[in-house]
Amino acid sequence: MSALSRRTLVFGSLVLSGAALAVQPGEQLKDPAQEARARKLSAELRCLVCQNQSIDDSDAELARDLRRLVRERISAGDSDSAIRQFLVARYGEFVLLRPPFSASTALLWSLPAIALIGGIFAARSLFGRPSEAAAGPDATPLAESEKAALDALLSKREQP
Amino acid sequence: MIVEIGHYALALALVLSLFQAIVPLWGALKRDDVLVALGPQAAVAQLLLISLSFAALTYAYLVSDFSVSNVYENSHTLKPLIYKWSGVWGNHEGSMLLWVLILALFGAGVAVFSRRLPSDILGATLAVQAMIAAAFLAFVLFASNPFLRLGQAPFEGRDLNPILQDPGLAIHPPLLYLGYVGYSIVFSFAAGALIVGRIDAAFARMIRPWNLVAWITLTLGIAMGSYWAYYELGWGGYWFWDPVENASLMPWLTGTALLHSAIVMEKREALKIWTILLAIITFSLSLLGTFLVRSGVLTSVHAFAVDPERGLFILMILIAFIGGSFTLFAFRAKAMESGGLFAPVSREGALVLNNLFLAVAALAVLVGTLYPLALEGVTGQKISVGPPFFNLTVVPLMLPLFVAIPFGQRLAWKRGDLLGVVQRTGVAMAIGLVATLATAYAIGRGPALAILAIGLGLFILLASLDEIRERAMRGGAAGAFRRLLGLPRTFVATALAHAGVGIMVIGIAFTAFEKEAILSMKPGDSVKLGEYTLTLRGISPYSGPNYTSTVAQFTVHDGTREVAELRPAKRLYIGRQMPTSEVGRHRVGLSEVYVAIGETSDGAHVDLRAYWKPFVTLIWLGPVLMAFGGLLSLSDRRLRIGAPRLAMRRPRRLEPAE
Repeated sequence: MSALSRRTLVFGSLVLSGAALAVQPGEQLKDPAQEARARKLSAELRCLVCQNQSIDDSDAELARDLRRLVRERISAGDSDSAIRQFLVARYGEFVLLRPPFSASTALLWSLPAIALIGGIFAARSLFGRPSEAAAGPDATPLAESEKAALDALLSKREQP
Repeated sequence: MIVEIGHYALALALVLSLFQAIVPLWGALKRDDVLVALGPQAAVAQLLLISLSFAALTYAYLVSDFSVSNVYENSHTLKPLIYKWSGVWGNHEGSMLLWVLILALFGAGVAVFSRRLPSDILGATLAVQAMIAAAFLAFVLFASNPFLRLGQAPFEGRDLNPILQDPGLAIHPPLLYLGYVGYSIVFSFAAGALIVGRIDAAFARMIRPWNLVAWITLTLGIAMGSYWAYYELGWGGYWFWDPVENASLMPWLTGTALLHSAIVMEKREALKIWTILLAIITFSLSLLGTFLVRSGVLTSVHAFAVDPERGLFILMILIAFIGGSFTLFAFRAKAMESGGLFAPVSREGALVLNNLFLAVAALAVLVGTLYPLALEGVTGQKISVGPPFFNLTVVPLMLPLFVAIPFGQRLAWKRGDLLGVVQRTGVAMAIGLVATLATAYAIGRGPALAILAIGLGLFILLASLDEIRERAMRGGAAGAFRRLLGLPRTFVATALAHAGVGIMVIGIAFTAFEKEAILSMKPGDSVKLGEYTLTLRGISPYSGPNYTSTVAQFTVHDGTREVAELRPAKRLYIGRQMPTSEVGRHRVGLSEVYVAIGETSDGAHVDLRAYWKPFVTLIWLGPVLMAFGGLLSLSDRRLRIGAPRLAMRRPRRLEPAE
């Protein structure tokens, strides 16, 4: 897609986003269980021409078409994963708001966990470490007047 | 003429900011107080100049001066006065001017209120603040100037984006910017302290009021934005994990972490490196947010300025400040080996836990927001990272944090007694448990996780409030009221802010129990929504000042009694031929009946989405209480800079009387 046409689409969808109604009454499936499945599935599918909206939330024509498509597939008896695969084959992984775990998304999914574990290890070093001098060699020592001011501040602090 | 004065004032402010970026810094390094003293004066003058500039642009909007390109692009003579006013910042150029105005406001704030700061730190801080101001003033003047004139003035303007024509817009961006940009001064303090090389407990005190002001306004700004999206965008959601929302959430998460880590630094001289780092990171994330929003690299509902050149300019600013501050940090990190020892189970330990989860949550949001960009840049592969990703990563990170709130707050410094603390929260826990079971029973079948979350929210709320009671009752019922009034405000503030978290959790959990109806109705039709019945009475046209609309009249019945009339509408704005939806809402206590209409193609039927949203108001009431807690904490006189000496003099005035 050229940059220009993408921008046109962006503006186009901005215009549409103001008139929100998303799922239209006529689109709904008769079977409430199937309809619930369709809603859940469409909430995780991206409206490709919109700015970060799911097809469940969007008013764009394309979102409507995709909602119909999802419901058609559900009525035809497809499973959720089959429908997802069908859409990915058509539009690429860009359509999935929940990116599947793969080589290219491994970092995305694992980084929070890695950071948490790393953080726990880093925090452990805070406990029970021998006390060191508060100021290192590079620090400018406090002037006498500042020390006095600091002592005054510290002596006023709340008693735990 | 007035517009030109504003333009000139802005150019003058840039020159002045360059002066302020150099002279006080020189003074700080040479320990020359005379040079440092020029800093505060320059900061105040800079605020006056930028205010003048902002006033000039506001004037151009109020009189609809369409010879100014920015006014022509974003205003319309028919637009109601309040939107002419708020339209000043409802566009890229104007909002950047607001950005620098707030930047100058915080610089001048430090200049005025913090005269008792050590001279070298004051000088260095104001100089860093001025460097940021210079960068952004240059950006406004050279890349997004709101004062440019058109050769021939058009008769009519192109109007403001209708979605932005809402009272919410008058409040949301200024609040958000106060928070966003407010962290600039915290950043400047950190950079200033790093430059002069003095990082101690006093630093935590110095940043405290500014940190709180930024946090309060950012909290309110985000809550306001969420509420605005809820009623304006028309599908009743309160958080969309939109990149722009994420851009504001990231500094909020790290800012909240900073609020907590600074307590440890202040009281125990520990976590110094981390606190300084958080101060730098928080504003860096604000800058990143500005870049993401202003450059349009992420397409989102908010990206009303799509311009790669501007993006590049802000990216340069971003790299310069983040790179510079981290270099400075790396250079000084050795000098910050810190003292206070503590056991894992202690107040410090709990605050470390808080920081760990908040920081990792911020990282998860950051990674999720930037990953698609990075992946596309590296491999060309296009993927989407949407709400499901954030719900799966951020929510599990928040839950342990929420569970820890009631315990952490009660733990003693250095070494806490977890068993004792658990016992002290016993009453709240029991009530929470009973309430959970009662909810489960009342609702019958429902999502188990949501019911548990309601119980968790109640537990946090009750345990927080119970702590106030516990302190007041310590030493018997007699004098409890006197003790209650005598409690340190910071203590009450913490309890209330945490209670706010509990309230928000309850509100969010209840969204799992909302009732939804999507249908097409003709006049006379009814639909059940929970306890209420919604009936369509008629459909009629209506003309507003700058729009035409189709209004649907509904009545809401509770049994046979009519309780409300709702008039949701679909508007078409004349200036831009753009449709918007106005929802109809009926509030019942903290819950709401919510109706949004769509197509009325044949004139006889109307498509609509209607909801019963139980306890939905709590979602925003919680953050408001959090912000109130922040305000209360801010008002604690003992903890403001220079307060100790003031207390000895028993002053009447609040400001340092030197």
